[in-house]
Amino acid sequence: MKLTNGNYVRPPARYSWWLRQGRYFRYMMRELSSLFVGIFSIIMICGLYQLSQGEAQFTAFTSSLWNNFWWLSVITFLFVTYHSYSWFIVTPKAMPLRFSGKKVAPWIIIGAHMILWLICSIFIWFIFTNGGAQ
Amino acid sequence: MSDVKTSQKSVRQVEIEILRYNPDTDEKPYFQTYQVPCQEEWVILDAVNYIKDNLDRSLSYRWSCHMAVCGSCGMMVNGEPTLSCHAFVRDMPDKITIEPLENFPIARDLIVDMDGFVEKLSSVKPYINAAEEKTVEQGTYQQLPEQLQLYKQYTQCINCMLCYSACPQMALNDGFVGPAALALAHRYNLDSRDKGREVREDVVASNAGIWECSFVGACSEVCPKHVDPAAAIQQTKIAATGDYFKKFLMPWKNAQKGQAPEGGDQ
Ligand code: SF4
Repeated sequence: MKLTNGNYVRPPARYSWWLRQGRYFRYMMRELSSLFVGIFSIIMICGLYQLSQGEAQFTAFTSSLWNNFWWLSVITFLFVTYHSYSWFIVTPKAMPLRFSGKKVAPWIIIGAHMILWLICSIFIWFIFTNGGAQ
Repeated sequence: MSDVKTSQKSVRQVEIEILRYNPDTDEKPYFQTYQVPCQEEWVILDAVNYIKDNLDRSLSYRWSCHMAVCGSCGMMVNGEPTLSCHAFVRDMPDKITIEPLENFPIARDLIVDMDGFVEKLSSVKPYINAAEEKTVEQGTYQQLPEQLQLYKQYTQCINCMLCYSACPQMALNDGFVGPAALALAHRYNLDSRDKGREVREDVVASNAGIWECSFVGACSEVCPKHVDPAAAIQQTKIAATGDYFKKFLMPWKNAQKGQAPEGGDQ
């Protein structure tokens, strides 16, 4: 498109821009992963409701979920993991911590988040598997 | 600059394709290809200078310092916003495509129209808005080194516009104030001598300001001076959200503030 002053405006790639570069693609995957975080939350709420109805109901719910929708569970797990990872690696940008006047290195902030994430996951896994065993 | 001598041993023939556009004669931009004998130590700008000096004098582009300080030689090199004085030809393939910076209108060849960018920079009032003007006799506005460290990173911007070219939000909405201008606003907001955060808020905390940013982070990845505009924007979002909630929690402060800026601005 030519402007009146002679400048030329290149039309933007409205729909395919996110396929042009790895960084745009990664961003779109992060955005898409939000959809799976939503799906995961709905499954969690349903699961909590089933749990409130008793152990048998909950076990029936989890096994039917796995038997019929195992593929959804796998995809959701992968996307939710990517979602958490993609946000943790950008935390230093929003969280410019300073310690005795010096900027805390980004890798420390990211590392702390990752370790906390891992500890929480192991803890929940432990409760979940041990709870089922008793 | 044409005295760059070509020594036989380190020369590599590179095909350089450049997007050309002459507003007086061309309806649309088109690619023109040049064969350039590139030396081992050349940066992209040297290759473009070679073309200008030896192959095609009509080629137009901006450059000045050749040392990543002036910020004028930004170009799309193989689709990536690049300071052409800051990228070695030896790290590139045998075919290189050079285009003017994306998300800007093309004025001629590799020269883009940067008027919109300059307007956006000035829209955030990038100067110290001190609470009280001091006379010369009253002395300078002093600052401790620790206070300087809080914002120093954001003073390093060279206005190269690479971040605007990398930003997909900018491509879809050219009204977006954009990374460099928002980082500049953040630089002044963090400055202990400045009291102008509220004055900047109309532009900075608007829908065309920080809230247009969806945190792709491309601006920080391409920035040659490690300004990290994406960080500035996210921190501004957090501060603006805090302000929003403070309005509800401390309504008496609004009443005090509501009158001051209006009276002061007139
Ligand atoms: S913030 Fe970085 S990329 Fe953007 S104009 Fe400034 S120096 Fe260039």
